[in-house]
Amino acid sequence: MTAIATRRPAFRWHIVVFLAPAVLVYTAVMILPLFATLQQSLYREVDNQTVFVGLDNFRTLLGDPRWSSSFWNALWNNCWFFIVHMALQNPIGIALAALLSHPKLRFASVYRTAIFVPTILSFVIVGFVWKLILSPLWGVAPSLLDLVGLKVLFEPWLGDETYALTALSLISVWQFVGIPMMLIYAALLSIPNEVLEAAECDGITGIAQFWKIKLPLILPSIGIVSVLTFVGNFNAFDLIYVAQGALAGPNGSTDILGTFLYRTFFGFQLQVGDPNMGAAVASVMFLIILAGVSLYLFGIQTRLRRYQF
Amino acid sequence: MSRATSSLPRTIAAHTILIAYTAIALFPVLLIVVNAFKTRKAIFRAPMALPDAESFSLEGFRTVLSQGDFTAYFQNSLIVTVVSIALVLLFGAMAAFALSEYRFRGSRLTGLYLALGIMIPIRLGTIAILQEMVATGLVNTLTALILVYTAQGLPLSVFILSEFMSQVSDDLKNAGRIDGLSEYRIFFRLVLPLVRPAMATVAVFTMIPIWNDLWFPLILAPSEATKTVTLGAQMFIGQFVTNWNAVLAALSLAIVPVMILYLLFSRQLIRGITSGAVK
Repeated sequence: MTAIATRRPAFRWHIVVFLAPAVLVYTAVMILPLFATLQQSLYREVDNQTVFVGLDNFRTLLGDPRWSSSFWNALWNNCWFFIVHMALQNPIGIALAALLSHPKLRFASVYRTAIFVPTILSFVIVGFVWKLILSPLWGVAPSLLDLVGLKVLFEPWLGDETYALTALSLISVWQFVGIPMMLIYAALLSIPNEVLEAAECDGITGIAQFWKIKLPLILPSIGIVSVLTFVGNFNAFDLIYVAQGALAGPNGSTDILGTFLYRTFFGFQLQVGDPNMGAAVASVMFLIILAGVSLYLFGIQTRLRRYQF
Repeated sequence: MSRATSSLPRTIAAHTILIAYTAIALFPVLLIVVNAFKTRKAIFRAPMALPDAESFSLEGFRTVLSQGDFTAYFQNSLIVTVVSIALVLLFGAMAAFALSEYRFRGSRLTGLYLALGIMIPIRLGTIAILQEMVATGLVNTLTALILVYTAQGLPLSVFILSEFMSQVSDDLKNAGRIDGLSEYRIFFRLVLPLVRPAMATVAVFTMIPIWNDLWFPLILAPSEATKTVTLGAQMFIGQFVTNWNAVLAALSLAIVPVMILYLLFSRQLIRGITSGAVK
C-alpha cells in the first residue's frame, strides 16, 4: 500500500484552485448560455408549452416571406458592411502603419496616439458626432465640402436608403482604423533590421521594399486583422442602433444581423418579441462566424508561411 | 548610414499624409468639445469657430448636471469596469499560471476551451444569459454586468498572460519551492509582480470595450439605478435631442474619462502589442 502511495504523486489541488474561478465564470456565463441559445433555436412556444420543432425555426427564418426578406436583407447588408471594412479599413490601417514604422519619422508616437483616439470612443459618441456632422441642419459637412468646392455633392446621406449603409460603414471604418494600424505596426517593427539592410544592399528600397519584403512578412498579421474584422462586423450592433435606432432605417436599409437579432428577440413597435426565433437568428450568426473563423484557421492560416527570426 | 528612404520629399509626403489623417481622426472629437462651450446661437451660426468672450457658455453642462443623473451613471460605470478588470486579471492570471506552469492531463484541452471565447462573441448567448440572470434574480444589478464582462474578458487575458508567464524563469520558481514556499505564494509573491506590464496591457484591452458597451447595459441592466454612462448618454441624447448644448456637453463629459485613461495607458498599450503577445 505505502509503495503505491509514494509512487503516485499527491493530487495537485492547487491546479484546480488556480483554474476553477476562470473556468467556472467562463462556463456559466459564456459557454452554457451559448449552447442554451443554440438549443432554444430548436424549440417553439405553442400554447404556453415549449415544444421541440427541429429545424422549423430555421425554415421559417430562411423561407417564410415575412421573416426571410428581413433576414436576407440584414445578411446582405452585413456582407456589404464587411466588404467596406476589408476594402478600406485594413488597407488604410496598413498604409498608416507602414508610414509610422519608418525608423526616422519624427512625432510617430503623437500620430499613433491621435489616430487611435476614435477607437477608444464609445459608439454613442461616434454615432452622434457623425449624425451631427452629416446633418443638413447644422451644415458642417456642406461647409467643409464647400472649402474644396464640392458642395454640390452634399446630400443627407444618413437619410438616404442608397447611401445610409455605406455612410455608416465609413463611420465605422473611421472609428476602427486604429486596430489594424496598431497590430500591423507591431508586426512591421518586429521585422529584423538585417533583412531590410540586405534588401537595401540589393537595391530594393522605398515602396518596392514595402511590396516585396515587408508585405509578405506581415501577411500572418493581416490574416489575424481580417478575421478580427470579420468577427467584429458580423456581431456589430451598437453603431447602427445609436445612429439609426433599432429599426435600422431608412426603411431597413441599414439593418444588419445584430440589429435584426435585437428586434427579433425583444420585438419592436408592432412586432412581438420571440426568444426562440431570436435564438435561431443568434444560431445563424454563430454558424456564420464559426464558418468564417474555421475557414481562416484551417484554410488560410496553415498556408501562410510564418517566418521565424 | 544614409538611407535612400529618408530623402526630404518622401519625409514631407509622409508627414502630410499623417497630419491629414490625424486631422480626420480628431476633427469630430474637437468639434463636439469646442461647441459644448458655446451658446446655442453660436453653435448654429458658426459651428467651426472657437468660443470667444461673446459666445462662451456653460449652459449645456449646467443642464446635464441638473437633469441627467450623470454622477450616478459614472459611479456605475466605474464600479462595473474596475471590478470586472480586477476579476479578469486575477482569475485570468491564476488560470494562465496553471496552464503555463504545470503539466497535467487535459491542460492543452483546457487551454483551447478557454481560447474559444477569443473568436466567438459572448453576445450570441445573450438570450440565454438574460434568462439565466432573470432566474437568478440578477437582472438590473451591476453584478450581472460584472459577471458578463468578466467572462468576456477572460479568454484574451488567459491567452496573453500565459504567454508572458511561460517566460518567467523556472530557476526563480524552483528556488522558491526549495525555500518552502507554497504554490500559491510562488504565484502571488514571485510570478504576479513579474508579469505586471502584461497585466497593464490586458487591463487596457479589457477596459475599453467594457466602458463603451451599450448592448449588455441595455439588455441586462437598463434600470435607472444601474445605468452606465454609455447607456445614460444614449438615453439622454434621445430625450434632449433638440437641446444641443446639453447633448454636446453630455458627450464631452462622456469622452473625458476614457481619454484620461487612454492617455495614461497608451504607452503601455503599444508596448504590450509590440512585445509580441497579441501578434
